[in-house]
Amino acid sequence: MKAATRKSWRQELEAMVFVGPFVALFSVFIVVPVLVAIYLSFTYFNTVQVPVFIGLKNYVNLLTQDNVFMMYVLPNTFKFSLMVGPGGYILSFWLAWLLSQISRRSRSVLTLAIYSPSMTAAVAMAVVWLVIFSGDGAGYLNNFLIESGFIEKPIQWTQSPHYLMYIMMIVTLWNSMGVGFLAMLAGILNINPELYEAGYIDGIKNRLQEVWYITIPSMKPQMLFGAVMAVVGTFQAGDIGVQLSGANPTPQYAGQVIINHIQDYGFIRYDMGYASAVSVVLLLIVYILSKVCWRLFAEKE
Amino acid sequence: MSAFQGSKINPTRFHRTQIKYYLFLILLAVFMILPIIFMFSQALKPLNELFLYPPRFLVENPSFKNFYDLINVTSVTVIPMTRFLFNSIVMTASVVVLSILISAMAGFALSKMQFKSKRAIFEANIIALMFVPASVAIPRYLIVNQLGLTDNMLGHIIPLLALPVGLFLIKQFVDQTPNDLIEAAKIDGAGNFGVFWKIVIPIIRPAMATVAILAFQLAWNNTETSEIYMNKETLRTFAFYMTTLTGTGLENRVAGQGIAAAAALIMFVPNLIIFIFLQSRVIDTMAHSGLK
Repeated sequence: MKAATRKSWRQELEAMVFVGPFVALFSVFIVVPVLVAIYLSFTYFNTVQVPVFIGLKNYVNLLTQDNVFMMYVLPNTFKFSLMVGPGGYILSFWLAWLLSQISRRSRSVLTLAIYSPSMTAAVAMAVVWLVIFSGDGAGYLNNFLIESGFIEKPIQWTQSPHYLMYIMMIVTLWNSMGVGFLAMLAGILNINPELYEAGYIDGIKNRLQEVWYITIPSMKPQMLFGAVMAVVGTFQAGDIGVQLSGANPTPQYAGQVIINHIQDYGFIRYDMGYASAVSVVLLLIVYILSKVCWRLFAEKE
Repeated sequence: MSAFQGSKINPTRFHRTQIKYYLFLILLAVFMILPIIFMFSQALKPLNELFLYPPRFLVENPSFKNFYDLINVTSVTVIPMTRFLFNSIVMTASVVVLSILISAMAGFALSKMQFKSKRAIFEANIIALMFVPASVAIPRYLIVNQLGLTDNMLGHIIPLLALPVGLFLIKQFVDQTPNDLIEAAKIDGAGNFGVFWKIVIPIIRPAMATVAILAFQLAWNNTETSEIYMNKETLRTFAFYMTTLTGTGLENRVAGQGIAAAAALIMFVPNLIIFIFLQSRVIDTMAHSGLK
């Protein structure tokens, strides 16, 4: 009995040597920040004075007083996420599926081409987008559209409340083929071919049925991983509006999404308590949406 | 079943029925790399081509003048750009090496060792996959400040080391290691460290390569640590230096566009090279990436 406890102690200790570094860093830079954010969300905190506890006031203000949040940030976030999240996810799956239909060598090359946008840093790509979407007649897109007769006058793409949101969506969709896309590609490639043979014997008639009845159900774990990555990526990507327009808040709040609202209050107005309340709302939204994906794709036991 | 004409997933050779897939894929791939080709082209354009009206998409007389200017011109500060590049290289290399090591050790423990908090740690890590770091930039700053990591090279490195996706991928991969192999090594007298170095590490190389790519992208492309944690210019990174090149009004500073594009290219190319080398290992790892 005594020897057994000593042995289990030793086991615990050795395990701690292995997981310890990760757990320590994980706690300090992920768990504690979330807890601090939750705490600060119940306070007034301007970074200079000690946080003052004010209960639910930040949340009440967010829901009842913050016109910008209700009129622009929430609808924008909704619009942006709906387009970029499911859009990017479906696009990723479709591209992964197409790639799995061709032979290995050409697949490697095309995978590289499709994945390469996700390798780019937002700051670096800003160079490209700002020049392409430049607002004067010498801008590449403007010049192209004028030359080909689609428009008559140059358009101020990134400064215009009408276009900013669409440009944000296109740019984000462009680099949404990331980790989730690679996971789904690997998932499709690893499905046992016999499953398809069996499926055709059971009366599957076309490729669409094949995808629906065999491919997707056989790679649910990868579909789920991809979905979670898509949700997280979507809410993280919002920064692009600020980078394109060069201003936070974005022109007439046209590209203002929830991440920008947090930065606006946190690092521009120094109202950290309020910003934290918005952060908590964001984390909750991401969590709930991921759980929805879980419901959709989890293996039923 | 040679007559089976159904699915052709992962075909071994070309067949004309594949043409329709190629058509879509090539069209989309071109759309995807067009902005990247533009970045290359812009970086190689000499000044007169940057000013050209109407503008041309591709460069005609490529020159390396923009790169030369990038190295010599200290546009915003008196600090040479090579200093930022040096910081980026040190920081990225440290993050990649350390985060692989930390995730591999934890992944091994979570997969093959028995201890009390095992399940709780794994569950917490799964929840952390849904974590949006940008949402807690403020508390993170407060913590980094408390730990004395502001204006300190370690402030670039330590906050980036815990990578939930990295631990997750490695743990799933270690799960594939047969237990017999580990038992056999233990009978031969190997302890946990011996098993980790001699058996697990060689097997999980593909997963480590994948984590290397993710950690590299995270660190190399990161501007947040420079922006928020560093006040000393000399401690900032190349990615941050990029933001000073692109700020508002870039479209009006035509001369700066070439230099900025050259810098963007320096940001992009290392990512590309690493991915080309490790692509097949990444796909290997991702096969085990499923969430259940």
